[in-house]
Amino acid sequence: MFSEIHRTELEAEVWDCLHRVTDPELDEPITDMGFVERIGVDQDSGRVEVDFRLPTYWCSPNFAFLMGFDVRIAVSRLPWVKTTRITLNDHCFADRVNEGVNGSRRFAEVFAEYCDGGDLESVRLTFQEKAFIRRQEVVLLGLEARGFTGDDIVGMTLEIFDGVTFQGQEEARQKPRYRELLVARGLALRPDDPAFVTWEGARLETQGLRDYLARLRGVRINMEFNGALCRGLQSTRYKEVRIGADGPTLVDFIQNRVPPRESTPAEAGGAR
Amino acid sequence: MFVTKDGKEIFIVDGHTHFWDGSPENQSNVHGKQFIDCFYAYHTNLSPPEELWEKERFEKYSEDDIYRDLFIDGPDDVAIIQSTYLKDFYKNGFSSIERSTTMAERHPERFIINGSFDPRDGEKALEYIHYMKETFDIQGVKMYTAEWNGESKGWALNDPAAYRCFELCDKLGIRNIHVHKGPTIIPLSKDAFDVHDVDHAATDFQNLNWIIEHCGLPRLDDFCWIATQETNVYAGLAVALPFIHSRPRYFGEVIAELLWWIGEDKILFGSDYAIWTPKWQVEKLWDYQIPEDISAERGGVQLTDEIKEKILGLNAAKLYDIDVSAKKKQLSAAPVQIAAE
Repeated sequence: MFSEIHRTELEAEVWDCLHRVTDPELDEPITDMGFVERIGVDQDSGRVEVDFRLPTYWCSPNFAFLMGFDVRIAVSRLPWVKTTRITLNDHCFADRVNEGVNGSRRFAEVFAEYCDGGDLESVRLTFQEKAFIRRQEVVLLGLEARGFTGDDIVGMTLEIFDGVTFQGQEEARQKPRYRELLVARGLALRPDDPAFVTWEGARLETQGLRDYLARLRGVRINMEFNGALCRGLQSTRYKEVRIGADGPTLVDFIQNRVPPRESTPAEAGGAR
Repeated sequence: MFVTKDGKEIFIVDGHTHFWDGSPENQSNVHGKQFIDCFYAYHTNLSPPEELWEKERFEKYSEDDIYRDLFIDGPDDVAIIQSTYLKDFYKNGFSSIERSTTMAERHPERFIINGSFDPRDGEKALEYIHYMKETFDIQGVKMYTAEWNGESKGWALNDPAAYRCFELCDKLGIRNIHVHKGPTIIPLSKDAFDVHDVDHAATDFQNLNWIIEHCGLPRLDDFCWIATQETNVYAGLAVALPFIHSRPRYFGEVIAELLWWIGEDKILFGSDYAIWTPKWQVEKLWDYQIPEDISAERGGVQLTDEIKEKILGLNAAKLYDIDVSAKKKQLSAAPVQIAAE
């Protein structure tokens, strides 16, 4: 019993660290998207297995590669983890993704092989920029809705921004995510730095704010298209997932895959 | 014919439909199964619940089904059938021009059947284009850039081999090039949904009309930019329109961008049958207005009745040289009927 509880705790730790892996095209955690199918933990050997599945067999393999490697990196960071096995299921490129992700070569090398030496970092940066834009738009529209004027917004410092609270769920969720990217890219560091700049670091201007927002909207429309389709397609595919022979795992419970317990005739009758 | 609540008759050209066979008997491998499964997932996720089909019917529907869904229960006057071969996945092809032509023989006045070719077939592709023109007198083709062909997992419209094919199309008067951009597999560094090849092809082939299905989504901004520069690039609404049911505000944002950038004359209705049936899509589009706040962000653009009429049929009629009043007369003289069972 004790070891069972411990195993569940370790699974929960793995789950938590997978929260930080995002689908690069959607900028949503793979756990929220329901892509993580199974987490297996062997506490004695320190081995972790993670199975994931994407909404369709045809999802772009570069996203699959990025997510697979990010899962491996995130899980490997847990201090008790010794070995990992990441498995992408039911995908047109699954064999090569799994071989690449679990092999001994560095990701950049594997990646380069499949794109004529193309640069992994530039691909990652492209996705990061989109994520930045998506998060920033939500926050900017939230500020406008709260009555902040264009001048307020372009003049807002990081310190003032930190003091703003949002009622809306999505704004509240994206605020720290926006701040995280802003700081990670070094676009704002000190409390008196402007909180809103472009991805290239230029300050926003009141006059151009509507045009700028229109550009952000364009990026969001693209991401929402994929996001809406992915969620829908994913929910259809996951109807096929069966609970394993060892009974439901943590992931099954989180994904709401465990049916309500059926009472046996004995229990129903209250006999015994 | 779609009749509005106040009795106005609207001429409908359904610019993107299919007559496919995705049944297990026709599948060559797991890819064929996964392909039709993916389509079915689109169907189940964006259709209103009362429009859902059983899987088996979806995989392979009958000639009677397509007539009924498009022209009897559905409002289409003319349907453009697209061909998609997917020879690596399906034994007899997914939807071939031969099978569609046979299907259409009962009511040829209702159908325009487009061909398809794979530029990677080289000389054979050129021969095939000649064959399609001579045998079926095609006016258009459907291009699927994510199609697998042996080692190749996709191609671009501006590949040299593709250009040789488009030169021939131009020469033979095959003017309408419908493009479905699927996700690119390789190279990994490439944006899987990139639409910039449309820009090159449209610039270099001014005589051809480039109809980009699902209006370039998920690269709507790039597509709008290209379609604004190029007078011969059009937006097909397939896949975008079904959002009108599940996410009407989102559809409003998409259509507002299209109206603002490329304008009312270059947007074409397509149901993407049998992924979705046309009836509910046309009805919902006719009743739809872009929410005011979304419209305000795009200079007040709105879907007026006049604009809807263009999108639903008049724009496509121009591209396919359909004389609308003559066609209406012809159709009213030959109503669609399904043989008694």
